[in-house]
Amino acid sequence: MMLSLNHLPEAMLDVRSLKVAYGPVEALRGIDLRVRKGQIVTLLGANGAGKSSALNALVGLVRKKAGSVLFKGQDVASLPPERIVRMGMTLVPEGRRIFPSLSVDEHLLLGGAAHLSRGSIRGIREEMLELFPILRERLHQRAGSLSGGEQQMLAIARSMMSSPELLLMDEPSLGLAPQVVDMIFDLIVGLRDRGLTILLVEQNVSLSLEVADYGYVMANGSIVLSGTADKLRHSTEIQGAYLGA
Amino acid sequence: MDMFLQQLVNALSLGGTYALLALGLAVVFSIMGLINFAHGELMTAAGYGLIFSIMLGVPFALALPAAVLVAMLLAVLMERVAFRSVRGASGTTLLLTSFAVSAIIRVLFQNVISARPMPVPIPMALSGTIEIAGLHLGIIQAISILVTILMLVGLNLFLHGTVLGRAMRAAAEDFAIVRLMGIRANAVVATAFAISGLLAGVAGVLWVAQRGSVDPLMGFLPVLKAFIAAIIGGLGSLSGAVAGGFLLGFAEVFLQAFLPENLLSYRDAFAIVLVIAVLLYAPQGLLARKTVVKL
Repeated sequence: MMLSLNHLPEAMLDVRSLKVAYGPVEALRGIDLRVRKGQIVTLLGANGAGKSSALNALVGLVRKKAGSVLFKGQDVASLPPERIVRMGMTLVPEGRRIFPSLSVDEHLLLGGAAHLSRGSIRGIREEMLELFPILRERLHQRAGSLSGGEQQMLAIARSMMSSPELLLMDEPSLGLAPQVVDMIFDLIVGLRDRGLTILLVEQNVSLSLEVADYGYVMANGSIVLSGTADKLRHSTEIQGAYLGA
Repeated sequence: MDMFLQQLVNALSLGGTYALLALGLAVVFSIMGLINFAHGELMTAAGYGLIFSIMLGVPFALALPAAVLVAMLLAVLMERVAFRSVRGASGTTLLLTSFAVSAIIRVLFQNVISARPMPVPIPMALSGTIEIAGLHLGIIQAISILVTILMLVGLNLFLHGTVLGRAMRAAAEDFAIVRLMGIRANAVVATAFAISGLLAGVAGVLWVAQRGSVDPLMGFLPVLKAFIAAIIGGLGSLSGAVAGGFLLGFAEVFLQAFLPENLLSYRDAFAIVLVIAVLLYAPQGLLARKTVVKL
């Protein structure tokens, strides 16, 4: 289907006036953001700006105080994480959060196990092992014995096992060696090229803007700037605050 | 030597029962950070389940699983009615809730059933002994050792071979992330309670079979011992709970058997000293691991 220039594809994720509070502390002061199908959208900002709170609220791990979250046209704001994941949105959490005592294979078998058929789990597992050959080598090792980079790959593969359409990623490059960071970013682009939509929170601003189509910048729980990745890369605010130009 | 082997059998039997109880406590604790003081009432419920099944004319062999089922149902009911609404609350809130549940169920047993011990008609065939290689084994003791082994093997297979079992092991490490696998939090927690009820029910039936009666306070002492066992092993560690249960069972039986008569009344004190020694050496318990208790 051809799309005319001013007729953009429908937003896969449409967030309006989303608020999150931890007791009296407002972490999100009403943010609006949109992620279109097939895009990589990045959410930038300093530590404590509210990026992680936003992702955690979107998948239902953190309770929303107000606002709406439309995923594929349905309001998921009041659903628990397990329901949201089954609808096709999941999160690769900050710090990887793998299960140290479970084997690599058990991680893969667990993701998606509750809502997908055995056949499709076997299929996706095989895809993941092709995408991450290192995980095949480590298949029966305890996940706690993997290196940081391997754990990050496992965390991504585990999330992919639930067969998501929209993948939220929280700081996937955190604490990884530079070559591994490059690999993870190549992978993110590769996943997008396979049709996955990605909302990426990253501290590595220049790399994020390189792979992203669109970006939002957060400060103190609000979105202060947004635009195409190209526009953000050249904006003076971004260059001054993050790119050190 | 014979004396020693005989005591070994006693220790295995008693330790196995403690291990099952401690394991039931640990399963729930590892998932939701709750120390369930109402665990003893599950044991007692299994005892009453056995008595009433027999009264209703259920054959003994079927009354046993029926009794265990009563404990499982009560455990799941407890979770649904009392613990679900405080899930994720502080440890103190959870603990006080479980005290309340325990007190309410105990009072119900006392007022609705009977405050006095009720005899359990155990078939004669079970009260005898069998002789294996010159050892006189109580049949119930032998069965209890066998059942303990079966339960431990079965639980291990469940935890490693099924989706829900793996989800439970994962949830003990990071519950929130398990939900991101699309697995329902309620299903994981309810399963944990059902398993703790199963283990308490089996332990309850074995306990009742040895003492021959049920009373409302019956579960208190063995579960207190199971707490000690779980703490020795490291709260939340399943293998630790089993190890702690056997260690405590062995300590009690061998102290009973080999302490000089004038020191015998200090048996429990010696057992507690052992616990203190373990905790001084390893304050987190013998096989502790870090647990993330977050929903």
